Amino acid sequence: MIYRLIVKEFTLELRRKSVISGIALYLISLVFICYLSFSLRLSVISEAIWSALFWLAILFSVINSVAKSFIGEKRGLSLYYYTIASPKAIIISKIIYNSLLCFILSLLGYVLFQVFISDPVQDTPLFFLTLILTSTAFSSALSLISGIASKTNHSNILMAVLSFPIIISILLMAIKVTKNVLDGLDWSASYDELLNLMAINCILSGLAYLLFPYIWRS
Amino acid sequence: MKTWIKILGVLLLFYAHIAGLLMEVPRLNIVNETIRATYFHVPMWFGMVFLFLMSLYYSILYLRKPSLELDIKAESFAHAGLAFGILGILTGMIWANYTWGSPWHGDPKQNGAAIATLVYLAYFVLRGSIDNMEQKARLSAVYNIFAFAAMIPLIFIIPRLTDSLHPGNGGNPGFNMYDLDSRMRLVLYPAIMGWFIIGYWMVSLRIKLSKQLDILLDLEDEKLK
Repeated sequence: MIYRLIVKEFTLELRRKSVISGIALYLISLVFICYLSFSLRLSVISEAIWSALFWLAILFSVINSVAKSFIGEKRGLSLYYYTIASPKAIIISKIIYNSLLCFILSLLGYVLFQVFISDPVQDTPLFFLTLILTSTAFSSALSLISGIASKTNHSNILMAVLSFPIIISILLMAIKVTKNVLDGLDWSASYDELLNLMAINCILSGLAYLLFPYIWRS
Repeated sequence: MKTWIKILGVLLLFYAHIAGLLMEVPRLNIVNETIRATYFHVPMWFGMVFLFLMSLYYSILYLRKPSLELDIKAESFAHAGLAFGILGILTGMIWANYTWGSPWHGDPKQNGAAIATLVYLAYFVLRGSIDNMEQKARLSAVYNIFAFAAMIPLIFIIPRLTDSLHPGNGGNPGFNMYDLDSRMRLVLYPAIMGWFIIGYWMVSLRIKLSKQLDILLDLEDEKLK
């Protein structure tokens, strides 16, 4: 069931080309704005600013793309899913699908940063591990919140308001590890943060799995 | 709530405020007399954590067995907890102004506290934007549990990982700050107890008020019919 739901998400996504290209364009314009506003043709930015900028760009595009996972769905469609699948299968499939989406988005962001800004990453495997961990954490937090926000009157504003305080701890960890990667520090230097990210992942995905059935019932 | 508990709470706070300002305190470098802020600042955080835990407890109960009363309780506890949190930030800022030189120092603990307040402000925004009573109660209970779990790393873990100027840090930001000697415990513990009682009292008044308003609304509905 979970597998089929994930496949369904992908086929739906590929069918609506305008949405994917919209998100990609969003990310490209964001990076380009960073490039222009820091006038990077003439100057260079430090590692700390690189990692903060990178994660902010990823954060905004991820919030926008994950938000549509429940908010965009039509009322009839969600009723239909309700009759054929269990809520637990739905949330797991959404989390897996969204983390893949987040990972692809952050890869795209990384490529864009390489092209426009610079590529100070020295330890690629560690950087990719960070990307994977943060994308799963983002997706489990944002999937549940998108489910909550979709039931409210001003879902787009609430999506941002509800998710920012929860996302901050993940974001801080990610920025710190990334800065360590850019400085070329050893794995042992970011061991604590990685462990923390994993713990946050477990807490958030476990809670999303437990709590989603209550949202779904309405 | 029993009357004698309320009286006890008021007396404890009277004692804590008078003794907190007058009693002898240990002399430490830089901190000096501002060490007295412990009596007024620290109980706020204990009170806040206590009230938020109660709010979390009622949210969990609500999800297990929905009833309007449990929702009112969860909301009232969160409300009082938020008030305690804001007071905690303000008292901390006053202290920081004299000890660190500026009210907002960007210390990890200050940032964590600010984010915790943001979480509960978001909780109230969420409650405000749903019309259906039952749906409001359920969604806000879910968000309450989720947000509390996401806040734990912020308040209890990150300050331990990063350097902080906050007293008691550089090791453990826990209970033994300022090398609490027995004289300080004599004031701090009663102050914490007193604020627990006052916080609980505030909440119970608010619960009563919400219930009366609910009954009033029902009566008006009947009149219209």
